[in-house]
Amino acid sequence: MRVYLDNNATTIVDPHVFEQMEPFFVQKYGNPNSLHQFASDTHAPLKSAMEKIYAGIHAHKDDNVVITSCATESNNWVFKSIYFEYIITGRKNHIIISEVEHPSVIASAKFLESQGCRVTYLPINNEGLIEAQTVRDYITDKTALVSIMWANNETGAIFPIEEIGEICKEKGVLFHTDAVQAIGKLPVDVQSANIDYLTLSAHKFHGPKGVGALYMKKGKELTPLFHGGSQMGGHRSGTLNVAGIVGMGKAMEQAVDALDYEMADIREMRDDFEDKLLEIEDTFVVTPRDKRTPNTILISFRGIEGESMLWDLNRSNIAASTGSACASEDLEANSVMEAIGAAEDLAHTAIRFSLSRYTTQEELEFTLAVVKEAVTRLRGISSSYAYAPEGHESGLDAHH
Amino acid sequence: MGMDSLIGGTIWDEYSQKVTDLMNNPQNMGEITQEQADEMGAKLIVADFGAESCGDAVRLYWAVHPKSDVIMLSKFKSFGCGTAIASSDTMAELCKGKTVDEAVKITNIDVEMAMRDNPETPAVPPQKMHCSVMAYDVIKKAAAQYKGVDMESFEKEIIVCECARVTLSTLKEVIRLNDLTSIEQITDYTKAGAFCKSCIKPGGHEAKDIYLVDLLEEYEQEKMAKSADAVASGANLPFLEMTVVQKLKAVDKVIDDNIRQMLIMDGGDMEILDIKENGENIDIYIRYLGACNGCASSSTGTLFAIENILREKLHPEIRVLPI
Repeated sequence: MRVYLDNNATTIVDPHVFEQMEPFFVQKYGNPNSLHQFASDTHAPLKSAMEKIYAGIHAHKDDNVVITSCATESNNWVFKSIYFEYIITGRKNHIIISEVEHPSVIASAKFLESQGCRVTYLPINNEGLIEAQTVRDYITDKTALVSIMWANNETGAIFPIEEIGEICKEKGVLFHTDAVQAIGKLPVDVQSANIDYLTLSAHKFHGPKGVGALYMKKGKELTPLFHGGSQMGGHRSGTLNVAGIVGMGKAMEQAVDALDYEMADIREMRDDFEDKLLEIEDTFVVTPRDKRTPNTILISFRGIEGESMLWDLNRSNIAASTGSACASEDLEANSVMEAIGAAEDLAHTAIRFSLSRYTTQEELEFTLAVVKEAVTRLRGISSSYAYAPEGHESGLDAHH
Repeated sequence: MGMDSLIGGTIWDEYSQKVTDLMNNPQNMGEITQEQADEMGAKLIVADFGAESCGDAVRLYWAVHPKSDVIMLSKFKSFGCGTAIASSDTMAELCKGKTVDEAVKITNIDVEMAMRDNPETPAVPPQKMHCSVMAYDVIKKAAAQYKGVDMESFEKEIIVCECARVTLSTLKEVIRLNDLTSIEQITDYTKAGAFCKSCIKPGGHEAKDIYLVDLLEEYEQEKMAKSADAVASGANLPFLEMTVVQKLKAVDKVIDDNIRQMLIMDGGDMEILDIKENGENIDIYIRYLGACNGCASSSTGTLFAIENILREKLHPEIRVLPI
């Protein structure tokens, strides 16, 4: 059995999505901007896909949902346009993000910081959550943008987007949200949440990689990053990714259709799986379940370094994830765990299981059995649970 | 860099088969209890290094023969990733049968070499080299405990990059000899900073006393100080662009280097009073002191010698006017 529980990283492309994309490679490969039938063949499917994408986030037809290549592009676009329009012109000099944003937001904010913009990094509390009112405290008349993710990729923590949107509207500050982890897992409505800009990415909800979007409220259009042939209404030039857009449209339609299943059935499977994991001694979960996306568990196994747990899971063909120490290039502890202020010895022990509508009960049972075996084996190796003779002064507690 | 750097792979792909096998099935994993050590007639040493909060920790157990100092049995327990576990295992293996003095000589590089499948291919990717350092440190800790000395007493040199074992003195020397100005250059010349990168600058996996950026900064400062001296003396400027003070210093230096010794030998000396630009000419007013004052040559040979050397070294339009 091969078990995929890393759906916050990417998802399987739904076969129906793939089926709809297929004709646009070998048969209907025309450039939509050309003047011939090959081009015209793409127009109806593109229009239908765009309607599904608009509907999926409750965008108004006068708003712009501009197709991009990925969420990283969408996020960069927002920050760099804010830089061109507000920071470099001296109109504003401040932005607010959370300290646990996706790297594409954090790195973009740091770039603005290097160009003289002040950046506030909103802290999360000890449950991994953000308190909306803290946003109000940091907004000044020089604040150009607030950018807070809808849900966190590591913990699944849901942030109070509607409240923050309300505060930004009241203060007259632009509000962007990276909703990559929310689409298909939570109801997303850009109107009711007072959102000016919203980022999404198809491959996180069973669409293809290489296609995402940036929602821009009517009247809040950003300076383009890509100049060229004026595709996407001149907002983002570049030949349309026809198959990608069609695929994202279908994936969005299915995500909306499956939302109840995700929020009820997957949530139930997740909770049940989590209960069983927590029956293992010395395991910890930080963010409360009802404040998390329904598919995500971030759990610490005391005494087991995250990568070694992934190693044992992978040996049994189970895919999970860790942002902790040795698994990542930069050898840092799970940054979200550190931000939460979790006990330091747990920062390197967090494992993320993220389910999808393709996850089965059988897969979770198999995973539970493998996890239990791995815990026994790895705690057997671990110095945290090791014998020490009487009077031995442990040198393992202090920093080195 | 280039193509290979564009699409990242998993670090696991870069583990040697030996690392993989040891992670799956460590050979020396376990503990030695006091009872076991007593039965062997051995002294039990239990040494810890690292911390879970830092992401890796190891406990090393030795049963040491009290007369011969030979490590009869060596076991470990480790909190860490696959490389940390495999490195600890290899380290424990390398200790067996050695005396404590021999074991202290085992370095992290020995541990890494022992985990290679073939001598040319590293056993672990660069950022994992750090894990083998812990294995090396815990040996020193155990040996220090056995001998009742400080762990630091085994290290004669200050190591800046632990992964590649590059010393402070080597780094300072290489930076100066080759006039290195970037971290990349230091890494190219010494391999320091090529692995876990903790030694490059603060904020890495592990806090350090000395970082490579500090050494670059120090060298940069040194160079600046030198060139500041040069600027103060005006040595690098054309004579006419110098300030009056710089001109006076420059003239004095030329006199010092070429003339003064001669005058003093004859019981005299000279001082520079003023420098003035006078149309095409630069007039330098001097006063002879001691025996030079009133000497016949002071208005002929000596004066020409002074004028010639100043013209040669500083500016062709210099005139020297004794007062």
